[in-house]
Amino acid sequence: MITLYDYELSGNCYKIRLLLSMLGIRHEKHAIEFYPAAEHRKEAFLAINPLGELPVLQDGELTLRDSQAILVYLASEYDTSGNWYPLQDPRTLATVTQWLCFANAITASAGGARLADGFFHPLDADACRSEAHRLFRVLDEHLWFQERERQDWVATTASPSIADIACFPYIMLSEEGGISRIDYPAIRRWTDRVKRIPGFIPMPGVFPAGPGL
Amino acid sequence: MSTPCSDPVALGLWHPLAAIEDIPPSSDQHTRLLGQALRYRKDAGNQVAVFDGDRPLPVTQAYGYVWTCLGTPARPLFDLPEYAEPDRRNVCAATVGVRVSAPRAVENFLDMGHFPFVHTGILGVEPHTEVREYQVELNEDKDEILATECIFYQPQAAAGASGGIMADYIYRVPHPYCSVLYKSCPTDESRLDVIALFLQPVDEETVRAHALVSVIDTQSSDLDIRLFQQTIFSQDKPILENQLPKRLPLDPRAETPIRADKVAIVYRRWLRAKGLQYGVIPAAA
Repeated sequence: MITLYDYELSGNCYKIRLLLSMLGIRHEKHAIEFYPAAEHRKEAFLAINPLGELPVLQDGELTLRDSQAILVYLASEYDTSGNWYPLQDPRTLATVTQWLCFANAITASAGGARLADGFFHPLDADACRSEAHRLFRVLDEHLWFQERERQDWVATTASPSIADIACFPYIMLSEEGGISRIDYPAIRRWTDRVKRIPGFIPMPGVFPAGPGL
Repeated sequence: MSTPCSDPVALGLWHPLAAIEDIPPSSDQHTRLLGQALRYRKDAGNQVAVFDGDRPLPVTQAYGYVWTCLGTPARPLFDLPEYAEPDRRNVCAATVGVRVSAPRAVENFLDMGHFPFVHTGILGVEPHTEVREYQVELNEDKDEILATECIFYQPQAAAGASGGIMADYIYRVPHPYCSVLYKSCPTDESRLDVIALFLQPVDEETVRAHALVSVIDTQSSDLDIRLFQQTIFSQDKPILENQLPKRLPLDPRAETPIRADKVAIVYRRWLRAKGLQYGVIPAAA
């Protein structure tokens, strides 16, 4: 059985819950309170992940940390379609990886502003916000050109990839860090498409899309 | 929004700062209240001192939280006798930053109408959307609002619930920025669970929302209770942060209430009568 060490309000944990749900993978969750108890920095959890970060996934003998690494593992191991992480196609695989790295920058900026405002972490929220806007502008323009090429997703995949899942949470939660998405219409259309992927589940702060047109 | 508060009503109130158990001992902590930067510190004996610069402020430690007052306290902190009942689980369940005024957050707490849409599958579910007629009174002696006979269908009324119930609610508003709700206890029909919302007005349009959960529940772990409440608060957060204006308008013509808002109408009238200005848009004279 797969066990996810999970905090419901964490966007990085939400990524994993999303992919588990979309791939229909059975699992159990072990709740770790990030705030205010900071259980992820206590001895019991540090024995599982010495970095003191969520999420962690255990699958049999394998213990894996880092949300992007977990997405890579789940898609490679359990996605029979081969679409979520296209191992057979080096060029497409490279674009997926590129956007996985971009997702980390989104987490550090948009996710950082949310940590500062909502969870009282001592981060420079204004610096996080301006970096997030810089990244959102890049992504918005990219998605606009993708749409012109009839591409719905961040990487050059015909169907959603783990890069979409990796980028989605902290973009969708950005307003909690005071980052409006009003100036990024292509991002807003893309987040609606992600919300309509079969198996999509919400989290607190993320609402499901209305019925499609 | 960080101009110092000049509202004598808000300055005379007790305000919560932090759950005492969450404060690391013997190290300075910082927060803001009414636009003012404050420092607080817990000693080895669990006593908390609060300072505005070098000026020590009055402190009350109650209901798991440390409270302070920037002016002269107009009255003691309100009563919450259930907290002392020996078989209750008292859990400081959440502290969440929300960009909204404290009165807007109180009104949201008082509103049952949003349950099926915001807390879907937990505190409500479609098609059970009706807010039935309920009673509201202002208790002049205790200077607090009481809403009774509130009934709502809830699929998962508490962390310890297993299945839907018609939940009975009683709301108290004993403080302009705090509300206490009493609801059917899913595990003991003769008792009421208590959930209290204590808002710390960081500035006029930002709060730290603190939650106290005081329940009859021998099954759930503290962690279950905390995570349940954190989920609920986080679902409310985007709704609250998108309310405009962020301060609560007290002019009766500013926003159109429906029948379900009966308690909110009394709340706004009560704030008006108090002359509260911080976090509201006062009614035109």
